[in-house]
Amino acid sequence: MASNVTELDPVRGVSVERTEADNEELRALEAGLDELQSDVTHRRRDWSRVLLPVGAVVVLLLVWQIVASLGLKRQDLVPGPLDVAAALGQLWREGQVQQAILTSLGRGVLGFAVSVVVGTPVGLLLAQVRPLRRAFGPLVSGLQVLPSVAWVPAAIIWFGLTDATVYFVVLMGAIPSIVNGLIAGVDQIPPHYRSVAKVLGASRFELALQVILPAALPGYVAGLKQGWAFSWRSLMAAEIIAVGGSLGFGLGSLLDQGRTLSDMGVVMGAILAILAVGILIELLVFGPVERRLLIRRGLLAGGSR
Amino acid sequence: MTVLLENLGKRFGDGAPVLDGVNATIRSGEFVALLGASGCGKSTLLNIIAGLERPTAGALEVPADGAAFMFQDAALYPWLTARGNIELALKLRGLAKTERRVRASELLDLVHLGEAADKRPHELSGGMRQRVALARALSQDREVLLMDEPFAALDAITRDLLHEELTRIWRETGRTIIFVTHNVREAVRLGQRVLLLSSRPGRVVSEWEVPGAVKDDAAAAATLTADITARLREEIRRHGK
Repeated sequence: MASNVTELDPVRGVSVERTEADNEELRALEAGLDELQSDVTHRRRDWSRVLLPVGAVVVLLLVWQIVASLGLKRQDLVPGPLDVAAALGQLWREGQVQQAILTSLGRGVLGFAVSVVVGTPVGLLLAQVRPLRRAFGPLVSGLQVLPSVAWVPAAIIWFGLTDATVYFVVLMGAIPSIVNGLIAGVDQIPPHYRSVAKVLGASRFELALQVILPAALPGYVAGLKQGWAFSWRSLMAAEIIAVGGSLGFGLGSLLDQGRTLSDMGVVMGAILAILAVGILIELLVFGPVERRLLIRRGLLAGGSR
Repeated sequence: MTVLLENLGKRFGDGAPVLDGVNATIRSGEFVALLGASGCGKSTLLNIIAGLERPTAGALEVPADGAAFMFQDAALYPWLTARGNIELALKLRGLAKTERRVRASELLDLVHLGEAADKRPHELSGGMRQRVALARALSQDREVLLMDEPFAALDAITRDLLHEELTRIWRETGRTIIFVTHNVREAVRLGQRVLLLSSRPGRVVSEWEVPGAVKDDAAAAATLTADITARLREEIRRHGK
């Protein structure tokens, strides 16, 4: 490049060719600067993401097995992982574990779906309408603190030993979390997102749909995740307490059955199954969604995930 | 005549006025630099011209369709690509989908970002983000473009380049640009006219024409810059007593 931008023609825009040439030169200059200032991101398959958690589980199981085989306590009180695996295998052959997992998971997913459908518009409304927020905000936060197990006695009196009892408890657990997550997500939106939308001529409705909702998505997803955790927990609590009647047989019921039979292998097996479902949902559903969301927004760099 | 400000005043609540008796006439297609120290109400003035705030005194005449706005922060939406950000602005203007696609490509090309159209804001450098913001502001297709210190946060090399770029785009599109800045050199380099605002309350106290010949003559530009700086400092010193 022979000429440079500081030696512009004294008279502006004298010839079309000249401005064309300047434009081209500017374009090349900018392309170079853009290249220099952009970070090159490397993405490759990171096996430590898989190997480390698997290794951690193996170590824990080994420690458990060693402690159990030391024989410090009676084996029927402190079964080792092999005993629990045997108990689980027995239940599997009888088809009880599969049935319990399917029943619980079905309830959990349905209850969670209803919670999302109810919680999302409520959360958006509370976040956007100040009087509503002031009136009901403390109540919704309070509901999140109240353990939803506390609703079990009331639900049993109202609905008896039916599925309605279980769903009621699940909803009371999940909805406040989802509402609060969405409100927190909206609160964290930088104020200039709104002013830009206003300058660009967005209506109130467009603002909510095109800007507020996508901007609040990270908080919303965090709320969903917590909402799922709360529904799963409340579901287990409800299933342990409310057994019999027209209620189906879930993982909580299996746990309670183990307790009644004083079969520690079944109890530990049920606990592990409840934990496993929780971990699988996080790994297969929420983890990938959250990671993708954060990567797309450039919020993951430097994190420890 | 595009923008006319007559005895414009603004105060918030019972506080001291932020703007008081601002008079200015900005012609169609003109590039005006609005210069002032902190507390001169530059941003408030731009907000009033953009229709985001109402003046408490005086009158103003602006084009009926309002003005496009560019902020110091690029304020791009991080969940959209560069193209997506521009297409959203076009969508809010009511353009059809195919039209949005074509127009967004044109605008990205105008700011020399055709290659980076599908990148997200966090993958762009500060200068690139500001160019996307500029393209988005231009997408509104309004006669007046208001710029609130858009290059203040950039490094010197990038800012220098963007001055060049903005001048080129101004010539190509024929917009009326009102450019707010703290930087005297920037004002002289960009503006055809420099308006100096006093601080607390803000008011236009001086103005200078910057002919093309002065811009291209380094010595003349330096003299003018020194003049304006001296006047600006005098204005700042007034507040020290």
